Amino acid sequence: MIDALATGYVYAIIVAMMMASLFVLLTTGNLIRKMIGLSLFQTTAGLFYIALSKVGGGTAPIIIDAESAVGQARAARLDPAYVEHFGVDGVVYGNPLPHVLILTAIVVGVATLSVGLAIAVRVREAYGDTELDAVRRADAAASEPEPPGPRGRPNA
Amino acid sequence: MIGLEFLNIAPQRFAEQAPALVVVGPLIAACAAVLAPGRRWAWFLCVGASAFAFWMAVVLASEVARQGVISYAMGGFPAPLGIEFRVDALSAMFALLISGMAVLTAVFSGESLETEIMSSKHPLMQGGFLTCLAGLLGLVLTGDAFNAFVFLEISSIGVYAMIAMGGARDRRAYPAAFNYLIMGTIGATFYLIGVGFLYAATGTLNMADIAARIPTLTSDRSIEVGLAFILIGLALKAAVFPLHQWLPAAYSHAPSMIVVFLSATATKASVYLIIRYLSTVFAFDWQVETAFMAFVLAPLSVAGILICSMQAAVDPEIRRILAYSSVAQVGYMTLAIATATSAGVSAALFHLFNHGVMKAALFMAIGGAAIHLKSQRLSDFAGAAKSAPWTMTAFGIAALSLLGAPLTAGFLSKLRLIQSLVAADWGWAAAVIGLSSLIGVFYVGRIFEVVFFRSEPEGGSAVREAPVSILLPLWLLAIANIWFGIDATIPLGLAESAAGAVMGATTLSPAGAP
Repeated sequence: MIDALATGYVYAIIVAMMMASLFVLLTTGNLIRKMIGLSLFQTTAGLFYIALSKVGGGTAPIIIDAESAVGQARAARLDPAYVEHFGVDGVVYGNPLPHVLILTAIVVGVATLSVGLAIAVRVREAYGDTELDAVRRADAAASEPEPPGPRGRPNA
Repeated sequence: MIGLEFLNIAPQRFAEQAPALVVVGPLIAACAAVLAPGRRWAWFLCVGASAFAFWMAVVLASEVARQGVISYAMGGFPAPLGIEFRVDALSAMFALLISGMAVLTAVFSGESLETEIMSSKHPLMQGGFLTCLAGLLGLVLTGDAFNAFVFLEISSIGVYAMIAMGGARDRRAYPAAFNYLIMGTIGATFYLIGVGFLYAATGTLNMADIAARIPTLTSDRSIEVGLAFILIGLALKAAVFPLHQWLPAAYSHAPSMIVVFLSATATKASVYLIIRYLSTVFAFDWQVETAFMAFVLAPLSVAGILICSMQAAVDPEIRRILAYSSVAQVGYMTLAIATATSAGVSAALFHLFNHGVMKAALFMAIGGAAIHLKSQRLSDFAGAAKSAPWTMTAFGIAALSLLGAPLTAGFLSKLRLIQSLVAADWGWAAAVIGLSSLIGVFYVGRIFEVVFFRSEPEGGSAVREAPVSILLPLWLLAIANIWFGIDATIPLGLAESAAGAVMGATTLSPAGAP
């Protein structure tokens, strides 16, 4: 349990954020807040991928040319036995693939966000409100045919 | 296999690139359509690109029938590291259905958009349509789990924008599009999270590779969680009950063109992915999965079938009646898939194909007849059969098919569904389909009563005959409904070879073949 917490606390934080954003998304009736919740939710999915890619003690996956100045400096700093075995670039590095995937997912998220906000603007233009409750009331009022009875006009 | 092999005349080098071209063609045309100088040009591009995609899909399907699974390394990077387009009989069937429907929708769109959307916006609409088409085709062809997410979102973003375009005519399209965007994005993000779990467990994103590595894993907790996330996400996109709330609103207020296309293809593409995950990525015999199908998917399907059929029976708006019926029909498909038998999957695919053909015809007829009619209330269609006999006769044929009347496509597919359920010892589920068909008699009967037997309102009906460019695709679909009801060789052949491809079986139950 303690071990799981020590190494997995990142996931606990991500799951907490994920649930919080879903909560916002599902409970608010405001279009803009809904978009904020949605963006947060997508971001936490991205964080999840990034957390997966982390390798303990790993660095950025950059290939270093052993002949270059950077490579020389690095070789001087490292243990010669290590360089012998791994080379100057043979370090443990994080998995770069999830980063690339999430880059794509972020682009998708931006596109969704912009389309969503554009539609929210349209909703406000058409209904004069950004609360879904008000929109629903307006629709209900418009779709009801004139009620018969009290006001006297018989329903055709 | 499909009677269209004569179209497979592309030069060999060209045909080799078909898996890429089928997606790239509409995608490039989408950009061109947005930049098109006028609406005629945009429409022409739209029809041309859809026809091109259909041609390529035919080439693909006949190649698959000839040589089996086609693996195409996108950009020359071989799988599993590169993105692989993997075309088997299942993918080929969906590519054919989607691109075929796209051609008919594109032809339909010209006159239909004319009355619904400002003409300066037509190129945008056509661009959105082609983007959606490219996304859906990519979705059914790709063999990469993450790539499928991207295609899913490409198609969805086009759809959100297009549904909102209906707002100029009916402002309720805006909140409908917004809700669809929220639900659709939640669904896609769930899918993304699920793929993340699979990636964490297997270290690969290629579907075939994931499938190969799953049996070698010792613990499958993260696989189980991944499966749950993926299925919930896809169920949202496919409008499986109770995650269908977005669909009736979106279908009833969007421009007709996009509803015709969506009803025949978009939720179906998500059903495709569900089948793909249940059968190819995870083996059907996995215990967690059989439990999921028996205790989650099947009860939800049954609930969806009954509740949505009843909602269809009482709703006053004609398009929403059809939309609720669509959710119920998705329930038929998932119910048959949940049996996890080859016959069940084949029946589900057969019904999926037929349902696409009938629902597209129904929405097309409504869209065509209602060109001069702003309202979609059922009562406004009173006596429509007298003022628009051609349109409404086609509508009637498709409605009978939806009902499952003999000699229509709907009858054969319901028969297959019931046979497959009985064969799997799910007699109760077959009874549910029977019961829902009875409710179907009620809601189709309601529409029939209004359209065919009620007299026109005073001053004549506002419904007019649809123009030729709408009648042409409409009658093609109506005739297809009868044709496939008498000789179902084409859809049945497609469905059986598709089911065979994913279920690993070559011999399927011969029962019920007409």
